Amino acid sequence: MFQIRCPYCGPRDEPEFKYGGQAHVAYPADPEQLSDEEWTRFLFVRDNSRGRYAERWNHAAGCRRWFNVIRDNGTHEMVGSYRSGEQPEEAR
Amino acid sequence: MDPNEHALHNAPFLWRNPEPKASYDAVIVGGGLHGLSTAYYLAKNHGLTNIAVVERGWIGNGNAVRNTTIIRSNYLWDESAAMYEHALQLWEGWGEELDYDILFSQRGVLNLAHNLHDERESIRRVNANRLNGVDAEWLDADAVKEFCPIVDISPEARYPVMGATLQRRGGIARHDAVIFALGRACDALGVDIIQGCEVTDIDVVNGRVTGLQTSRGPIAAGKVGLVAAGRTSLLTAMAGFAVPIQSHPLQALVSEVYEQVLNCVVMSNAVHVYVSQAHKGELVMGAGIDAFNSYAQRGGLHVIEEQMSAGMQLFPQFSRARVLRTWGGIVDVCPDASPIVGLTPVENLYVNCGWGTGGFKATPGSGWVMAHTIATGEPHALNRPFSLERFETGELIDEHGAAAVAH
Repeated sequence: MFQIRCPYCGPRDEPEFKYGGQAHVAYPADPEQLSDEEWTRFLFVRDNSRGRYAERWNHAAGCRRWFNVIRDNGTHEMVGSYRSGEQPEEAR
Repeated sequence: MDPNEHALHNAPFLWRNPEPKASYDAVIVGGGLHGLSTAYYLAKNHGLTNIAVVERGWIGNGNAVRNTTIIRSNYLWDESAAMYEHALQLWEGWGEELDYDILFSQRGVLNLAHNLHDERESIRRVNANRLNGVDAEWLDADAVKEFCPIVDISPEARYPVMGATLQRRGGIARHDAVIFALGRACDALGVDIIQGCEVTDIDVVNGRVTGLQTSRGPIAAGKVGLVAAGRTSLLTAMAGFAVPIQSHPLQALVSEVYEQVLNCVVMSNAVHVYVSQAHKGELVMGAGIDAFNSYAQRGGLHVIEEQMSAGMQLFPQFSRARVLRTWGGIVDVCPDASPIVGLTPVENLYVNCGWGTGGFKATPGSGWVMAHTIATGEPHALNRPFSLERFETGELIDEHGAAAVAH
């Protein structure tokens, strides 16, 4: 079980949170111009690399706010977390 | 410990431990059950014997020994029913064919229904299964109790049992024995099983695969099949393309050894657990994935706790059972909970992945169709719908929730 630092509430146990997958996946700027291949990538393909990974979590049983976490998915080391709208470099 | 040394200590008589040759007609990356099964059928059905299976760890280390050994074919959609039923039919003759007692036991698989929606979906699935030639029955609660006496069907339960589907031909097999049988059979057919051999790069020249760079040196290959489950994305990245897969931990547990009390496999979507009892006597339980991505082969204890609480709701007498061991493996989950078996953007490079939480049951069928795909360069009729292109064409095979178990 992880301990996750919610940027708003502080460190809490993992069962208080819901996972939201890869962070910083922007909605296409001009969706009507997307090819089928580009849609496939946006809808179905997410980064699945090993190592430090930026991901979204929701503090579902707390403040109910979304935020981002940097976690090493090879070792489960929690590197830091930061608010939506902030950048990975601001993680702490 | 050197993985080769480990393999030598444990299985000195079942297969050789050869040095990799400079070149093979085909190389399978991944020495799990699906990789071995692919190599077995490449040799047996297609006469390719200058082939190798390369495995980064050792045979019988990954998901091959981390699954819960359930075998069934009662999937809702036509494409899946055809794929898994073909596999089940191969299971029915596999012990004899491989000349090894794999303890395949067709003790029946119950999928419980706990509410009206479950009941309607279950009966729909029974009808769909029958139309596809898959044996399926609907049992009401009393018939469930008769078939599996230790299930609690009392109406006071938080999620009362309203009935269940039953696939009598479903059951379990002993996964270790399947590994031993397949490893030995591949070796006897001339397949080189190369352990402790991690692929570090994939050579692609003019859009065509030509070989592999490995921790034991370069290996040239006419054809390459990637059969690496949760590590598939790392391999396809080496070849310059991505697959729509996320790698998650999937945990399971066994109890201490008890007398035989559970005579079949019991699965429940709503309460969310699946349980069987191994031949030796351990209760084997599993459920859903940990939500986050991981390559660490472990998950959170709260997920195990949820499985056990679900198990106790269905089987109150399990409250006094004790956990012997829990573990996790890394599973490759597709957006539509169906596998990807077929061609890739790279010529002569084939992929077999995305079996997610339910690959064990498909072992013989997966190898059969993957071998056909590699040998002929064209998908078999059974895996044609399971192409990588389906995410672009929209022809998804959406088994999330439809396949008789939550993933």
